[in-house]
Amino acid sequence: MSTFDDPFDANRNLQSGCVCGRHNSAAEHEQASLAFRCEPVESEEKRYEGVVASAVMRAIFPQDVARRAFLKSVGASTALAALSQFFPLQTATEVFAQAGTPEKKDLKVGFIPITCATPIIMAAPLGFYARHGLNVDVVKTAGWAVIRDKTINKEYDAAHMLAPMPIAISLGLGANAIPFAVPAIENINGQGIVLAMKHKDKRDPKDWKGLKFAIPFDYSMHNYLLRYYLAEHGIDPDTDVQLRSVPPPEMVANLRADNIDGFLAPDNICQRAIYDGAGFMHLLSKEIWDGHPCCSFAASREFITTAPNSFAALTRAIVDATAYASKAENRKQIAEAIAPANYINAPVTVLEQVLTGTYADGLGGVKTDEKRVDFDPFPWQSFAVWMLTQMKRWGQIKGDVDYKAVAEQVYLATDTRKLMTEMGLTPPTSAYKSFAVMGKTFDPGKPEDYVASFKIRKAS
Amino acid sequence: MTNTSLRLRAGLVSIVLLAAFLGIWHLATRSTGTVATMSPEYAKLMGLTATQGKSAMPGPLDVGAKLWEHLRRPFYDNGPNDKGLGIQLVYSIARVGAGYLLAVLVAIPLGFIIGMSPLLSKALDPFIQVLKPISPLAWMPLALYTIKDSSISAIFVIFICSIWPMLLNTVFGVAGVRKEWINVARTLEVGTLRRAFTVILPAAAPTILTGMRISIGIAWLVIVAAEMLVGGTGIGYFVWNEWNNLSITNVIIAILLIGIVGMLLDQILARFTRMVTFPE
Repeated sequence: MSTFDDPFDANRNLQSGCVCGRHNSAAEHEQASLAFRCEPVESEEKRYEGVVASAVMRAIFPQDVARRAFLKSVGASTALAALSQFFPLQTATEVFAQAGTPEKKDLKVGFIPITCATPIIMAAPLGFYARHGLNVDVVKTAGWAVIRDKTINKEYDAAHMLAPMPIAISLGLGANAIPFAVPAIENINGQGIVLAMKHKDKRDPKDWKGLKFAIPFDYSMHNYLLRYYLAEHGIDPDTDVQLRSVPPPEMVANLRADNIDGFLAPDNICQRAIYDGAGFMHLLSKEIWDGHPCCSFAASREFITTAPNSFAALTRAIVDATAYASKAENRKQIAEAIAPANYINAPVTVLEQVLTGTYADGLGGVKTDEKRVDFDPFPWQSFAVWMLTQMKRWGQIKGDVDYKAVAEQVYLATDTRKLMTEMGLTPPTSAYKSFAVMGKTFDPGKPEDYVASFKIRKAS
Repeated sequence: MTNTSLRLRAGLVSIVLLAAFLGIWHLATRSTGTVATMSPEYAKLMGLTATQGKSAMPGPLDVGAKLWEHLRRPFYDNGPNDKGLGIQLVYSIARVGAGYLLAVLVAIPLGFIIGMSPLLSKALDPFIQVLKPISPLAWMPLALYTIKDSSISAIFVIFICSIWPMLLNTVFGVAGVRKEWINVARTLEVGTLRRAFTVILPAAAPTILTGMRISIGIAWLVIVAAEMLVGGTGIGYFVWNEWNNLSITNVIIAILLIGIVGMLLDQILARFTRMVTFPE
């Protein structure tokens, strides 16, 4: 079915398949009908009218049979007249024709003050939201559970979330199941394992039995990466060490107070611990998995359906900001823009070290790694599949998982690809890619085998 | 005469204690750590704690300087996440005021009814006893989940925690009005409503106000914690935001201000209490 065909045609099926019945899908039919279209679309306005009328008819007659019966008995022109009487088709068409203007201009976007949120934050002071016709307040939030609740409660229209969080929320893990979606990944890499200074000589993870580690949240890449790293070195993260969920700002204080031995945390927290002389950088997360996602930009399905244009504009602004942030020459300016108390509230030197990748390692050396943190918005569905395998591996999900279905529902690769193409960017053509985590290749096509291949995992 | 000299001496001791405290604080936080040897390139990337052995705890001079900076511009507004201390305090006080007034509106009439009826008083007692000791912050997740609005949730938490002392004190005060007075009113055939307002209310007022004074103290204690949890605005958010930046100096300033505002609120209610107190 094409949305542009006449919905008052009694012989047409509005629900699925195609008009003529010769093609399997609407898309195929459209391809074919491009060649010999019976009735050319007269004008853009006419086309919109068709789309709107189609939607209205579908809403009135959810059962296609009923619609056909109605049209056959009264005739199409009567139906159109009757419909126009109680539904202002003309007005609705006009509203629809203004596609692109955001339904809601004043938006609230929540963020956690860490460098992962760079695109979301910098888009405000550097004017990316304004460029796409939005007036966005970026609101600092106290923790991941609070940002989740405030987004679910619609205090925020969209928010910065850890990449696995929208999947967990959609599946109803640790919250009521509410469909969420991810149009863009915030950052890749940019985390690190920091150990307390007293463990300077304990660099081999095999000696870490009995240590206490902090992670920001249960449903976080940090949790999965740290568990993966430990397990690869023969340490069972559930029995050999203690993992605690600790809000990032408390991590440095706890490290100094000797309450924890180390953490895998988002950046500027890692660098901050070094800056304050509380710890040293054991390993960048990029050394575990180069190019891993960390945080995401997320919104509820409800927001996407009620304000699709606002959502599209937001996504465009984030994609724009991400593209700007991915260029090394802009990083210093970004560090200065996001350092004030209104945004991240951290010393500029710390943010610069994170973003430029030239940093003090806490042991007296200066290291350089330009890809310490990087920005790439494309929401690879294979990322989501990997996260699901780890949720399954560590017992966060019980039973069977439809990896692909969940990934495709939450990670909006198709929509983002379309937006990116419209913006003149060249997004990847596939939504799945294979990658290696600590040398072990992950095949998104065989998630079950991948889970089964790990020796250390929670018995289910 | 002896009274004035006692006051004078007490004030003197207070000042000496303060000076001693500041002195010890200053000495304890001087940079004493050894300066580590490190390359200048590396040192440039590190904080003062690491490079100069500066104590992570600020001294009284740092705090004083920062406090002066805040006091000079208390009402600046740099966007949704960075507002002056004055604005933050106004937000907190407004929240406490709203929750507290709601609690007054519910607790005092309810307390009157319960206090005047021994039956209700006995029947409701177990509920009140169970609800009273619940930590206000334990209500927070429940409030956030059901009310679905963080600032109303904060107000609700203030409401729910400040209602109990007021309710209990009102019940106690109303029930404890001397029988003779009520009997006199009855003999004079005073109506129930008039009896409540002209006999019981004035007699119970000191107890009720004591309850209100306890409540405002609790409400102020709770708001800081609630704002740290939900964030956004308020002095509690300020503490959290500065903690995020590990800026102990600002945290100390906030602590000082929270104490001062709490004291002022308490003094206001203490003055009201004195106004309604009567000699028996």
